[in-house]
Amino acid sequence: MTAQLPPGLHMEKVDERIMTLNVGPQHPGSGHMRLIVKIDGDFIVSCDPDPGYVHRGEEKMAEYRNYITNIPHLERPVIHDSCNVLYPYCLGVEELLGVEVPERAKYLRVIASELNRCVYTQYWLAIYGIFLGHSTMFMWPAGDRELFIDMLEKMTGARVTHAYFVPGGIRNDVPANFEDMLLRRVDYFEKRIKEYAAIFYDNPILISRTTDAGVLSREDAIRLGTTGSTLRASGVDFDLRKKEKYDAYGELDVHSNVLKAGDSYARSKIPWLDMLESCNIIREAVRKMPKSGSVRVKLKPNPKGGDDEVYKRVESGRGSLGCYIVSRSKPEPYRVKMSVGSFRNLICLPYLLKGEKLGNMPAVYWSLNYWPVEADR
Amino acid sequence: MSVIAPKFRLSYFIKSILDNAFWAITLLTLIGLPFVQVILFYLELPVIGGRLLDPYLALTILADPSRQIPLLQSFIQTDFFKIAVFPGFGFAALLAAGTIFVERKMLAKLQLRVGPFYCGKIEGILQLMSDGIKLLTKEIIIPAKADKPIFWAAPVLFVATAAAFVSLIPAAGGGWVVADVEVGLIAVFAIIGFFPVITVLSSWSANSKFPFIGGIRALHQMVSFEIPLILSVLGVVILTGTLNLTEIAESQDPFWWIIFLPIGAIVFFIAMLAELERIPFDLPEAESEIVAGWLTEFSGMMYGLVQLGSYLKLYAFAGLFVVLFLGGWSGPNIWPPFPEEIIEKGIELGPVTAHFPGLPLLDQQMLNDVLWYVIKVVGVIFFILLPRGVFPRVRIDLLLHIGWYKLIGLAFVNIFIALGLLYAGVLGPEGIL
Repeated sequence: MTAQLPPGLHMEKVDERIMTLNVGPQHPGSGHMRLIVKIDGDFIVSCDPDPGYVHRGEEKMAEYRNYITNIPHLERPVIHDSCNVLYPYCLGVEELLGVEVPERAKYLRVIASELNRCVYTQYWLAIYGIFLGHSTMFMWPAGDRELFIDMLEKMTGARVTHAYFVPGGIRNDVPANFEDMLLRRVDYFEKRIKEYAAIFYDNPILISRTTDAGVLSREDAIRLGTTGSTLRASGVDFDLRKKEKYDAYGELDVHSNVLKAGDSYARSKIPWLDMLESCNIIREAVRKMPKSGSVRVKLKPNPKGGDDEVYKRVESGRGSLGCYIVSRSKPEPYRVKMSVGSFRNLICLPYLLKGEKLGNMPAVYWSLNYWPVEADR
Repeated sequence: MSVIAPKFRLSYFIKSILDNAFWAITLLTLIGLPFVQVILFYLELPVIGGRLLDPYLALTILADPSRQIPLLQSFIQTDFFKIAVFPGFGFAALLAAGTIFVERKMLAKLQLRVGPFYCGKIEGILQLMSDGIKLLTKEIIIPAKADKPIFWAAPVLFVATAAAFVSLIPAAGGGWVVADVEVGLIAVFAIIGFFPVITVLSSWSANSKFPFIGGIRALHQMVSFEIPLILSVLGVVILTGTLNLTEIAESQDPFWWIIFLPIGAIVFFIAMLAELERIPFDLPEAESEIVAGWLTEFSGMMYGLVQLGSYLKLYAFAGLFVVLFLGGWSGPNIWPPFPEEIIEKGIELGPVTAHFPGLPLLDQQMLNDVLWYVIKVVGVIFFILLPRGVFPRVRIDLLLHIGWYKLIGLAFVNIFIALGLLYAGVLGPEGIL
């Protein structure tokens, strides 16, 4: 090359065999993000995830609003999992303000959180199904999701964006006769998702396609800092509901699902097993919940925290979801930082896709339990 | 829905109706009348009342509808009728359209949803028509760097090849086939061989990455599945001793070949799914990997033509399966006979008695054949559609593995079974059955 380049720039050497595909942001196989995939024939040479298309500055917005008005917008990164997104923030603010949550509110929080985990996981599973070309697996979870969306609507008043958790408890108590209806729906939901095994998880084509696709070893999973279902599919038993028992999870018997394979199939099966486990947790929580009592501690208007900082984390649908709040004795937080599971799981995508076939790309990419909007926040 | 638009003016409404009527009459005059003339040119015009049917006499058809019958009868015997209407394009396109509608409704029922529902009031039966009009009226966008002549030609060639395939499939006994070729089965495979060429041409000419990958995938898939497809029908050819599709269908008089050659039928069916690019073998159109594969750059009616071609191909493959393995059009006689008194006495229409000397237009045997053929074809199409609701997509290496290792092996097993049946004297020209 004779052309003079400005200092600091260099020409990239391009192999003629290598073809660069921009998968996304306008591609049916990507979320709100781009994967820059370089392929040699049918094999992926390198993959460079490029998130950031839906960055909305939630953390910066949180610095201009007080602790209560932050609630509705902080749940926006994952509206399908909005209770779990708000959970660490509420726990953190409660610790800053020194508020003790009533016992009944703790259990209702657990129930809402588990319902929301199922709703999120069903949505995720629907997209995993359609990414593999299984259109029935798109429609069934999307339909069965409605069972719990209805329950959440009865609890919170909104179908998707609930804004249900507030510092000091939950916004409203559940309506009368809620527990019976919930238990019936949980039973039906469990029966339905057990049917998914017959059409999806035991499907020989699915198994042959996703086993040994994108294998993440136990060491790599820990080294890359993955979390949630990605970590547990690689054989690491790390579930915050069991390890750091927050709220009412201390009194409940939580079983965390672990698989050893670490491939796309195992990663896709863990959330499904988690949904079955969620059904058990909901049943147990309904049984142990105090039947009456206060659900919310009355806070002072415009509460102020001290000169303090707090970090709380919960197990969301995508893994550990942490919230770091710095308070400077003002009604507004000085800094709110969310550490989300999606972004941490995305990091291992370039390692997993290297050397894989192009046909495995959607199976590996979506099995990471990644939600593009959450990663961008 | 049924709310009058807020700016409704009766005069505009009448004007729009008059405009539409003007265009309808104009188009009918410019296209319809020459079309009718062309058809009449090919017809052997009947003699009515000692006089050849000339334009003056043709107007008397309005007064005496029974005079149309000789005209229709001679029309049915032309090649044009065979190509355009019955075993040819019209029949196949009608079945293809039915297939699309049934596919959408059936898949919707399988997936706990409704499917097309609003268009046409009753279960959305007009949805297909509205989709067709939408495709027709959409803008056709050609990529700037595409090889334009080939890119334009590809959808047309695709439909033409599919129609050529349809023309070889017999739909009833007694010569109801467009092209009754002595080596029909070989002609079928010769035509199937064009599909990968067209696919690669279209994907290459689009000059885009995703169509290119899709086209290469389609080429791999079709070429590697043609071999088991051909090998699996060899068993039938060995037992029948002919390549003519009509004779193959008629050779299965008491027993269908699927009874003796089930392995061949299964191999043929799986290879057929792969040739049709249907789920689980729809890799060339895998949307989550390569957008829409080799169809990515097609828009508007070009896409519609490719879809039409692929559904024609689906019908043709289903028909071929019926002819080869399911006994073609054979079946018990369930079509009611034509009522004799209409031929003898005529129908009393008030004061006059209408006589229809040319009836019946089609004999009972042929209608019965067609009925059974359609029932079987619809059954096979149902089984082609079913995997779409049950299976995910396979990967290209698994697909080629299935094609080259398993299906070819099974096809050879099928050939040995056929040879065994032939030399054991069970079947064949001197067999006991």
